[in-house]
Amino acid sequence: MTVLNVNGKQHEVDADPRTPLLYVLRNDLALNAAKFGCGLGQCGACTVLVDHNPVFSCVTPIAALEGRYIRTVEDLGTIDKPGPIQRAFIEEQAAQCGYCIPGMMMRAQALLEKNAAPSDAQIREAMAPNLCRCGTQMRILRAVQRAAKLMTVELNEPREMKG
Amino acid sequence: MNAPLTSPSRRMFLATGGAVVVTFALRPLSSLAQGTPQAQPKLPGSLDKAPYLDAWIGIGGDGAVTVFAGKAELGQGIKTALIQCAAEELDIDPKAITIVTADTERTANEGYTAGSHSMQDSGTAVLHAAAQVRGILIGLAATRLNLPPDQLQAKTGAVVANDGRSVVYKDLVTGEALHQIATAQSPLKNVKSFKIIGTPMHRVDIPGKVTGAPMYVQDMRPEGMLHARVVRPPNYGAELVAVDIAAVEKLPGVIKIVRDGSFLAVAAQGEFQAIEAMNVLASVAQWRKIAALPEQSTIHQFLGRLPSQDEVIANKGAPSLQGAHLLRATYTRPYLSHGSIGPSCALALWKGDKLTVWTHSQGVYPLRNTLANMLHLKPEQVHCIHTEGSGCYGHNAADDAAADAALIARAVPGRPIRVQWMREQEHGWEPFGPAMASNVSGAIDDQGRIVAWTYDVWSNTHSTRPGGPAGNLLAAQYLAQPFQPPPPSEIPMPEGGGDRNAIPIYTIPNERVVDHFIPQMPLRVSALRALGAYLNVFAIESFMDELAAAAKIDPVEFRLKHLDDPRARDVVTKAAQEFGWTKGKRPRGEGHGFAFARYKNLAAYCAVAVEASVERESGAVRLGRVVAAVDSGQAVNPDGIRNQIEGAIVQSASWTLYEEVTFDRSEITSLDWSRYPIMRFPQVPESVAVHVIDRPGEKFLGTGEAGQGPTAAAIANAIADATGARLRDLPLSTQRIKQAIGV
Repeated sequence: MTVLNVNGKQHEVDADPRTPLLYVLRNDLALNAAKFGCGLGQCGACTVLVDHNPVFSCVTPIAALEGRYIRTVEDLGTIDKPGPIQRAFIEEQAAQCGYCIPGMMMRAQALLEKNAAPSDAQIREAMAPNLCRCGTQMRILRAVQRAAKLMTVELNEPREMKG
Repeated sequence: MNAPLTSPSRRMFLATGGAVVVTFALRPLSSLAQGTPQAQPKLPGSLDKAPYLDAWIGIGGDGAVTVFAGKAELGQGIKTALIQCAAEELDIDPKAITIVTADTERTANEGYTAGSHSMQDSGTAVLHAAAQVRGILIGLAATRLNLPPDQLQAKTGAVVANDGRSVVYKDLVTGEALHQIATAQSPLKNVKSFKIIGTPMHRVDIPGKVTGAPMYVQDMRPEGMLHARVVRPPNYGAELVAVDIAAVEKLPGVIKIVRDGSFLAVAAQGEFQAIEAMNVLASVAQWRKIAALPEQSTIHQFLGRLPSQDEVIANKGAPSLQGAHLLRATYTRPYLSHGSIGPSCALALWKGDKLTVWTHSQGVYPLRNTLANMLHLKPEQVHCIHTEGSGCYGHNAADDAAADAALIARAVPGRPIRVQWMREQEHGWEPFGPAMASNVSGAIDDQGRIVAWTYDVWSNTHSTRPGGPAGNLLAAQYLAQPFQPPPPSEIPMPEGGGDRNAIPIYTIPNERVVDHFIPQMPLRVSALRALGAYLNVFAIESFMDELAAAAKIDPVEFRLKHLDDPRARDVVTKAAQEFGWTKGKRPRGEGHGFAFARYKNLAAYCAVAVEASVERESGAVRLGRVVAAVDSGQAVNPDGIRNQIEGAIVQSASWTLYEEVTFDRSEITSLDWSRYPIMRFPQVPESVAVHVIDRPGEKFLGTGEAGQGPTAAAIANAIADATGARLRDLPLSTQRIKQAIGV
């Protein structure tokens, strides 16, 4: 058994420890967002966050991930309550087939957690590992800019006391 | 942990099963016993193929409104645009409409979702069907309320009378009220009153796609599903001589090894287990290679030496080239990969005497026929359901994956089989966009007018799609009783295949255009977005700049000088204005390029202006501003049109600058993204602006493929402007640029 912390929940996974994380996310945990693209770490469709860093889940065996903090698109929000990145992609209509988009969102999330107001050049550089074949890149760039603004607004909003 | 895992898959099965539509709504008119056949007037769009209104629009007893369309969502946003058409003419909230697409038991047979035809075929049908349904509803309400129809109008899901009474649609529709044959004329709304058509609408599929909903065939996970992988041969036509399956059968999770001739596959409990078993199987399989490939570096000469079927597709005036200036040039394109980000995938379930296939094929009905042929079944025994995949941009391996799944499902009845191709299989075995070459010559007179033009284009077929015999499915060619690929054929004009857009749109008194169709295919090829138009527009629009330079006329002015169609002129003028097109010299290394085409010479108009800079030392091209104008007829979802053209520009820029399928004398070698690089974020243009010229009341012209050709030529023209060097062989690689400018 491998114990994985995915989106804040502990999961006991009965799989060969050499199994790449992607297959466990999709088939064992039914988290559909991360996609199989190449299995080679070349396209980024499978990008998830591990301890806040973007990782190709298609080439990362689960044996390396015990005790690490794994996050997927499903943690960013839901269809009824989308988070800032998801809202930004919807508002910019930044998808065509959409297959690469979850990987794009996770890479953007990683960037924005480190740099709240990236320049266009910084976004292009950070997003370079991820491929889109439909040619939606211009909208994705706008969506990341918009997400940065939405996140800043959200941070500055008064919050309810939690206790 | 199990409960949440199974729910999405069960939901998917429910959503795709349990068809409520009566199948007689789908029967074509000709098969109905309706007395003496009479010449029927042509019905609008695909209504002509499926004339019953309830084949397109359903209103349930609960008031639910459903649109049924035979075209598939490929990421182009067709679901949303079709909903807009129905909502406009039915006068209901688009959010209240559900859409069902491309299902051989629920929707009309609209053939392939291809050729930028979806709006023309399906959009026109849905628009007219919805208008006719509204007419029927008003008629029913007139009887109910005992009022003349002209005192009634449809308003947000109800028929409302001038006296204030109203009846909601669901209370009007009983029994087979909508089971009526469409008429040639429809009570269409005045386009000036449109509130939904022509207004940007958010795509209905994007929220699910950005939140991890199970939107794709790859995400299906029904109860009892097995993961399968196929071991493909080492090269085209190789035969499986021997394979020791005993060792593989013992591997963890392996349920079944399927071997039929040279078709070899494995089904396993887990996906990673299936992949590991595939790798072991591949390592123990012994193959005999049979075929060899031609030399890549001389592929165009090789193709040119093969027998061709020649057809003169335009012949006007005297085919002489008398004139002040005579120019000749040759243009080529390499084989191109569709390069879907997600490799092809399909699910199949063999139960009783019935096969159900979930597929991202572009044509569920043609696929059904071809699968039936491969499996010796009747077409009615095969049910194909379109389920979205990764974007395809033409005929990729979607149908082949469906065939793989079907063959494995036959060997493991009762278990849903999910097959996904590996990256190297997709890159190695998909049918590529064909390599092509064209020769053009043109003559201009003293006034800078083109007086003569000849054009010859050489190409393989641009369609080996399924639909007929099974030989067009990859796996079928490798079975113990193999199916031979049917003889390829050229797609006839006016749409054309290799000769698509080969006839210049410009007014030229003397012209001769010849299509040289080459039946023999050294590499597996089929339809890639824009087909032959990608090379033909690249060639014609590059050559227009060459002629303009010879005539010493600005390239935009030169085009306008030869364009009569006012809509073509509007698109060219709009793109030039928005770009800020100016005559004159730019600093060395910086260039502006322009190009225009009307797709197939009968669909959408698109002009593209590009700013590019060329770094002399490296030959690297940096794309600055890109501005496009497009006229797709009546615009339904203007943001959808912009999204498609933006995508076309980026994708075509990638093809044009970087892409080329590579092969040695035995096999394809561009098997992944490192050996088949495509455009990445740091290389995308600085900005892309698309201006939609809406034509209310005009026919839908489609959008998807209109940008591919113009973008290629605009980039080549910008590079020529920046460097003085004319590049005529695609891709316009750094190596070719350096060679051309003498670095």
